[in-house]
Amino acid sequence: MSPEEELQSNGSVASSTRNIVGVLKEHNYLGLSDCSSVGSSNLSGLADDDKATISLKATELTLGLPGSQSPARDTELNLLGPAKLDEKPFFPLLPSKDEMCSSSSHKNIASGNKRGFSDTMDKVPLYTEKNWMFPEAVVATQSVIKKEVAQNLPKGKLSTTNNSSSPPAAKAQIVGWPPVRSYRKNTLATTCKNSDEVDGKPGSGPLFVKVSMDGAPYLRKVDLRSYTNYGELSAALEKMFTTFTLGQCGTSGATGKDVRNETKLKDLLNGKDYVLTYEDKDGDWMLVGDFSWEIFIGVCKKLKIMKGCDAIGLGMFCFLLVMPLKSLV
Amino acid sequence: MDLRLPSKVLEHILSFVDSNEDRNSVSLVCKSWFETERRTRKRVIVRNCYAVTPEAVARRFPEMRSLTLKGKPHFADYNLVPDGWGGYAWPWIEAMAAKCPSLEELRLKRMVVTDECLEKIAASFKDFKVLVLTSCEGFSTDGLAAIAVACSNLRELELRECIVEDLGGDWLSYFPETLTSLVSLDFSCLDSEVKLSDLERLVSRSPNLKSLKLNRAVSLDALGSLLRLAPQLVELGTGSFSDKLDQEAVSKLSQAFSEMKELKSLSGLWDVLPEYIPLLYSVCPGLTSLNLSYATVQMPDLVELLTRCSNLQKLWVMDLIEDKGLQVVASSCKELRELRVFPSGAEGLNDTNVAMTEQGLVSVSEGCPNLESVLYFCVQFTNAAMVTIARNRPNLKCFRLCVMEPFAPDHKTQKPLDEGFKAIAERCKDLQRLSVSGLLTDKAFEYIGTHGKKLRMLSIAFAGDSDLMLHHLLSGCESLNKLEIRDCPFGDTALLENAAKLETMRSLWMSSCCVSFGACKLLSQKMPKLNVEVIDEHPLETRPDSSPVERIYIYRTLAGPRLDMPEFVWTIQKNPEIGVSHLAIK
Repeated sequence: MSPEEELQSNGSVASSTRNIVGVLKEHNYLGLSDCSSVGSSNLSGLADDDKATISLKATELTLGLPGSQSPARDTELNLLGPAKLDEKPFFPLLPSKDEMCSSSSHKNIASGNKRGFSDTMDKVPLYTEKNWMFPEAVVATQSVIKKEVAQNLPKGKLSTTNNSSSPPAAKAQIVGWPPVRSYRKNTLATTCKNSDEVDGKPGSGPLFVKVSMDGAPYLRKVDLRSYTNYGELSAALEKMFTTFTLGQCGTSGATGKDVRNETKLKDLLNGKDYVLTYEDKDGDWMLVGDFSWEIFIGVCKKLKIMKGCDAIGLGMFCFLLVMPLKSLV
Repeated sequence: MDLRLPSKVLEHILSFVDSNEDRNSVSLVCKSWFETERRTRKRVIVRNCYAVTPEAVARRFPEMRSLTLKGKPHFADYNLVPDGWGGYAWPWIEAMAAKCPSLEELRLKRMVVTDECLEKIAASFKDFKVLVLTSCEGFSTDGLAAIAVACSNLRELELRECIVEDLGGDWLSYFPETLTSLVSLDFSCLDSEVKLSDLERLVSRSPNLKSLKLNRAVSLDALGSLLRLAPQLVELGTGSFSDKLDQEAVSKLSQAFSEMKELKSLSGLWDVLPEYIPLLYSVCPGLTSLNLSYATVQMPDLVELLTRCSNLQKLWVMDLIEDKGLQVVASSCKELRELRVFPSGAEGLNDTNVAMTEQGLVSVSEGCPNLESVLYFCVQFTNAAMVTIARNRPNLKCFRLCVMEPFAPDHKTQKPLDEGFKAIAERCKDLQRLSVSGLLTDKAFEYIGTHGKKLRMLSIAFAGDSDLMLHHLLSGCESLNKLEIRDCPFGDTALLENAAKLETMRSLWMSSCCVSFGACKLLSQKMPKLNVEVIDEHPLETRPDSSPVERIYIYRTLAGPRLDMPEFVWTIQKNPEIGVSHLAIK
């Protein structure tokens, strides 16, 4: 069922929702009822040139940040500070376009990033001003930082950040821009390099071996190189084959491991019912665990999870059959 | 007189009501209609998997046969959502397995699907028929094997642009010999080679096969034999189109193509060599859909192909087509409805084709009267072009313009692109989806707010000047359902002022904007029916209220706070004791 339905079935269909919106608009979400009328009247007066008389300061957006205050923004640190709320209408009106054009870009850094055309001309992008405002966020957002910015900005802090992330010549990359799906990017990248592709992978590539299990309807494959010891391999196999031993699927990453299931499977795998065996280069079936991990991945061709009773014939010592795989690490 | 319809009669009537939108309306009429409707609904669509719990859905629609789910927000496609955010399919599959074992169809988009999920599907739904995964991840080819081996009535298995851990091509071999019901198979996003003989056998025993989309590893030679086995295909995605074939093989392939009388959709064509383009000529007149967006075909060859596609309705192509190529489209493809032009440059802007400008789109808007959906990546644009496009095509429903250079103004006048988008919003009265880009001031958003009354989805990047921008949109766009914004300079005020609007929308995404942590807390407090998620990979040690947040994702929900949030996602429920201190009500 869609959220729309529930919303509607609660008695408010789309039109009445809009009414609610209208009604709610009269209530100030910051609880300042005396400002609410200002808010609603401003709604209608948006385009009104009279509003331009509201001072620029009153229209400034401010978000005080640790260490990012400019002299121009001394008092207006917190947008939601009580003092501020009284003077400010709830949607700051821009001064007229002309005003905007003539105002210097850099002074406006504090004023909610209003840009004049001079900004555009200088190719000082909005986001770099923002970077200045939110130094911590620079790392996270990884917005583009163009070369020209460094000399324009007053803050030493930003130039440091700039220098660390902008390449000397070409434009830097922005995360997720242009908005092309990674799938498409990767595919095209492969297209370009197609002629250079080598089929055989060097030793550092993945090493897939088939893993079969008695009673399972199909094989799995594991990349031995993605593990560094027997413990990891064992854990991965446990996860993979839980389905068959317990007759139900394992959990997804969403709710984390089901501890009860894990223990059960461990018991099953670790000597009670099943053992892990492998076929080596000579075609012999051996019990996993004799050799060091490095040697093992060199010789292992196939893996098989056998029932304990079947593995006895492999001639290993009895105590190996009951030893938990994980302890072989 | 009792005017109530007997429920059997009502059921019968409702069996003719197919659209979910209509069914939603039906369910509002009265309790008995609600009951009858819910018991008879077969196809359920949940567009935000966290808006409602799987159990609630299963309880309400016990006769569900088809479930469609969407997980991550759209911007996840562009790596703006960190890994591990959520969107897990498991809870849904588990719930459906328990309550709706007759489920036959599952369509998931942008969700995390694990091998366990696929195994669960295979084990739980006896009559499972359709699995379509779009932009999903988290599973391997082993999971596909599970589906293949167990679903004996499988009709559709489609993997669209998924990220799959590819452990080899064996999975295909697990389709049993008894499986003859296959209608659609799409494994185009996989890397490994599948065994050709298995594929051929599968195709030959599937008389109902209508759609086959191969992966790149399927050679051109193999394609020939497959086409001969399935000339009835309506949709074909080729594999690699680049092997060197001898003359005989080429003519055989040409023959195979000409036998395909039903073919309507063609895609794939990876690495296509120009000399093989003529092989496609025979199918061109029948094509309604052509996806060349992975084919690095240059303009002259493209032109040859497109002049023959007189019935084309959907064209996806790279900017290699250039303005000239688009002119040909404008004159040859009169039935065109949807055009998508993708950038060919792999990284950054420097590689982008400069022979494609705004003129290309203008030509198509002039020549193609049915054009209603546009996605256009271009280095720069002009207001005049957009005004012309709007004038030519007031029937546009979807206009997504990506001017790839952030803040690029009109390259002729150096002005912001406000006027252009104004024209689009004003003239295209049925516009439902809009993506804006380039240099834009708050004015642009005033226009969009004023005119975009049918606008449902809006995507914005690197635009606007202040809070006004957001305010215009939230207060003006009545039908607004999804809003996604990145790197724009508005902040708390507009968000808080228009908080009520958020409950009428499916979701709002904002990243790298100027929203403070305090505002998020306040919003969460005031709007309990919304999940306000602050997604911060690098949070400050102590989060002062004034600190900006990296990303917010706000969505309405009946399910309350979700239980699978990773560390980097904060909601107020995580720290309920952090009150609204000095921000509070005066």
